[in-house]
Amino acid sequence: MFDEASPHMIEGISADFVRRFAGGPEIRVEALQTPADAGVTVVFGASGAGKSTVLRCLAGLERPDEGTIRFGQETWFDSGRSVFVPPRKRRVGFVPQDYSLFPHMSVERNIGYGLIELPAMERRSRIRETILWLGLEGLERRLPLELSGGQQQRVALARAVARRPCMLLLDEPLASLDTPTRVRLRGELRRLLRQLAIPTLLVTHDRTEALALGDDLVVMDEGKNVQHGLVHEVFSRPVSLAVAGIVAVETVQPGVVVENGELVTVAVGDRKLTALGNELPAGAREVYVCIRAEDVILMKGEATQNSARNCLPAVVHGLTREGPIVRIDLDCGFPLRAMLTNQACEELELQINQSVLALVKAPQVHLIPRSA
Amino acid sequence: MEDEKCFMSSEEWQIVSFTVGMAVLSTALILPAGVALAWSLARLRWRGKALVETFVALPLVLPPVVTGLVLLRLCGRRGPVGHWFYSKFNLDIVFTWRAVALALAVMSFPLLVRTVRTAIEEVNPALEQIARTLGAGEWRVAFTITLPLAKRGLLAGVLLAFARALGEFGATIMVAGNIPGATTTLSTDIYQLVQLGEDSHAWRLAAISLALAFAAVWASGCLMRRPHT
Repeated sequence: MFDEASPHMIEGISADFVRRFAGGPEIRVEALQTPADAGVTVVFGASGAGKSTVLRCLAGLERPDEGTIRFGQETWFDSGRSVFVPPRKRRVGFVPQDYSLFPHMSVERNIGYGLIELPAMERRSRIRETILWLGLEGLERRLPLELSGGQQQRVALARAVARRPCMLLLDEPLASLDTPTRVRLRGELRRLLRQLAIPTLLVTHDRTEALALGDDLVVMDEGKNVQHGLVHEVFSRPVSLAVAGIVAVETVQPGVVVENGELVTVAVGDRKLTALGNELPAGAREVYVCIRAEDVILMKGEATQNSARNCLPAVVHGLTREGPIVRIDLDCGFPLRAMLTNQACEELELQINQSVLALVKAPQVHLIPRSA
Repeated sequence: MEDEKCFMSSEEWQIVSFTVGMAVLSTALILPAGVALAWSLARLRWRGKALVETFVALPLVLPPVVTGLVLLRLCGRRGPVGHWFYSKFNLDIVFTWRAVALALAVMSFPLLVRTVRTAIEEVNPALEQIARTLGAGEWRVAFTITLPLAKRGLLAGVLLAFARALGEFGATIMVAGNIPGATTTLSTDIYQLVQLGEDSHAWRLAAISLALAFAAVWASGCLMRRPHT
């Protein structure tokens, strides 16, 4: 869509601020830095962790109590110097969770709302271009009430991107859709965001969404940004127990689909894993392979006959006791984490550097597509 | 009766058109200020808001004759407003049609402000916020988002104010009197006719009042019920 040179250099947000609520929680963002590229940074955390507040502060819809928000060279907020750039001057595209389409305006007028500064001709062609690009032809004269959830989402996105914002802020873009639509639109949204090439900050509490849509991941817990890194790195190497609890999936590895049928074969490094293909689109190649620690079974000795599709020789690298549970870090060509009870661990007499077999049933290897 | 063949006598026609005209004029006069005040009460936080709110609501709860008395004192030639007006335009307010318009405006202002305020408060502020992120300033937000979405409440407020103005009696008679052909409205005329024992004539005017009030309330109800388009 944006074949002509973008009027803005691609730049990142750097934010350091506190937003307090009377008698409520405190949202504290420390040294948040989004990459200066067109990637998608996912802000991930449970409901009430302060994700939406962060987004609203960046959009200028809420004013932090203290701190600074910068975008590239521009200062959007600085409590020390009493700088506050109002939302209309920030050139961000904001898509709220409920889409907030103007109910009294047609699709066309919704999309054109932010283009008032453009001359009429250019305005019309920009609307047209955006409509075509988001596949909204034929809906131009419809009112938002006459659209499906998925169409509303695309109109909201169209309205936000039509102005060519320097940054896109999406608040739970898929949360208000029903499950089948959500699964379908997840892939579509990823493709749209890739094509748009606008730096994007996306808030979600959904693990699958975070994995499917994000390049970078910021984990929020109790109002604080606690970890920031590449998606699979954060998921595989949470910095704290709190983060581990939030991300919940212990093993996340990038993989490539080798064979896609009823069963899917995925290569992770030089290992091959078998998974079920139910949710995987036909053309998917790049995926994240996700395995929860409690789904990994450990065995000593020879691989006797068993029903698990995946049987991986592994070496024990670490043992961490957490109450009645032991977390076991394994190396089976890629890092794999298992979780056993103390009792099971003692019976197996597990020790560092010991060789074991890690068994994972095919339905418990979750694949999340990374490309449409 | 000589006017039997006509629906209304010329005298009645004069009174009805004068009353409706005054009600329209007073509603038009208070509309800009009323909407602006309603908007700022609904959307802005400012010092003295509660005080202004109370002050604006006063004509709703005060006996209308008291409101009329206050207006009489303020707008008489020796009152502050009346004195200023006389020295500026060489015109009187009290006991003229201007006093009628003023009385109707003051009495219907609270109804307009309250109805419009509620309508504006019902507009989802998230829509206004989105408009701001799309580059719209406050005027554009108000005129393209807030007011169009509060349209039905706005119209209902206008009709309520108009209907209230049509029936105003107490304040009008205090500040404008009941001068036939000059300040007499439907209400004051009905009162006068009953005093003079001309009941059948009074009933005819009462029927006209009923028809006007019915039409205004009916229209306002239709606007409130109609789904959003």
